Amino acid sequence: MLQKIYDWIDDRVDITPLWRDIADHEVPEHVNPAHHFSAFVYCFGGLTFFVTVIQILSGMFLTMYYVPDIENAWRSVYYLQTEVAHGQIVRGMHHWGASVVIVMLFLHTLRVFFQGAYKKPRELNWMVGVLLFFVMLALGLTGYLLPWDNKAYFATVVTLEIAEGVPFIGEMAKTLLNGDPSIVGAQTLARFFAIHVFFLPAALFVLMAIHFIMIRKQGISGPL
Amino acid sequence: MKRGKGMKFVGDSRVTADKQKFIPKDYSEYPGRTEAFWPNYLLKEWLVGAVFLVGFLCLTIAHPAPLEKMADPTDTSYLPLPDWYFLFLYQLLKYKFASAQFFVLGAIVIPGLAFGALFLAPFLDKGKERRPHKRPIATGLMLLSFAAVFWLTYEAAAHVDWEEKAENNKPELPEDQPSVEIDESAPGYALYEENSCINCHGGDLTGGGAAPGLIGIDLDVEEIKDIAVNGVGSMPADQFQGTDEELQELAEFIVSVNEEASEEE
Repeated sequence: MLQKIYDWIDDRVDITPLWRDIADHEVPEHVNPAHHFSAFVYCFGGLTFFVTVIQILSGMFLTMYYVPDIENAWRSVYYLQTEVAHGQIVRGMHHWGASVVIVMLFLHTLRVFFQGAYKKPRELNWMVGVLLFFVMLALGLTGYLLPWDNKAYFATVVTLEIAEGVPFIGEMAKTLLNGDPSIVGAQTLARFFAIHVFFLPAALFVLMAIHFIMIRKQGISGPL
Repeated sequence: MKRGKGMKFVGDSRVTADKQKFIPKDYSEYPGRTEAFWPNYLLKEWLVGAVFLVGFLCLTIAHPAPLEKMADPTDTSYLPLPDWYFLFLYQLLKYKFASAQFFVLGAIVIPGLAFGALFLAPFLDKGKERRPHKRPIATGLMLLSFAAVFWLTYEAAAHVDWEEKAENNKPELPEDQPSVEIDESAPGYALYEENSCINCHGGDLTGGGAAPGLIGIDLDVEEIKDIAVNGVGSMPADQFQGTDEELQELAEFIVSVNEEASEEE
């Protein structure tokens, strides 16, 4: 039955080469922890992706309860934590995932750096990776405000003050993020929510796609 | 089953049309060498992922995500701190050589150089050699940056009493104050304003960061007069500077607002 469905689709859109590109390749010995235990360092990139998937899924569930306005944001998070079944687990996964993903990204970056795996022909993929790191940091920064508790609010005030200090574009950048030249309030929360949930994930998906396509094109760098 | 019948591949430069499907090598031929990604290696990755997920969920259950009090912009005693992975930047801006007139150096130049170098690493470190000890400059700079970030983060975090901070900012559901129309033209309100009660207890008597609200209190006129003159708790004495008649007027005003509030409930 499944084979027939596959063949029916394959006759029309020819998905076999696609499948080949994604899954039909061999894994070299030097990255396989089954052969060399030290090859576990190659897991960090995959684990970063895994935590990113956790973040996407848990974030989708969080938006079912979260309300991005200053009157209700904190209350909705409080309600989620105390009243909703497993709400604490879902928010906990998103909260800790945000930290774990940074740790994994950091380890992945160090692995690639110390192995010199960014050298020709993989320069472009390294740069895309650094951009992914920045996007992830920005996701952490914008997501931090959303619960609208004291630590979120004051951390954002400090961040925006730093942004303001940048010469020439500082004040414009602050107003763009903040929604107002001075008040950190309703507009700020709405903008951070939009940036966190729409703008940055869009950038993240595009960069991740480029990152992975390049890995498949270029393969994993050889053993040292 | 032959796949891809009669179709030319479009836009797939890597796989040629007549290339045979990849068949994993026989392991007896190359013992312990390559492994097929699908399904052999993916299964192992799946297992690593499962173990990781169990550990991650244990962390999540053991340490629920913290939530502090609802944001209160008037809380001036709050020690602001960014998320832990920004602490190193935050700490850098505390040093004399990176703050005040050198702010641009600390906020833009130093992080800009560091992250710029990271971004352009493949073009700064162009040699063919890949092993870390064969490219000492790249390795050395990275180790130095790592040590610096680690040290700055430690310096920023070590001086904070995290437990006390969490204890002082436990989440509590803000109680909904009964809403009362306050007659701001009343003579009592003018006294409330003049005697600086308004600075701490707020324009609508609902309190602020430093003082509780005055609506819903269970005090009579005499008790309010006593507090206005002698203070209570963290409220200092001699806040009221007017005459005895004015004191009476003020206390009666506060009681009248409370009566109004209890009627509305």
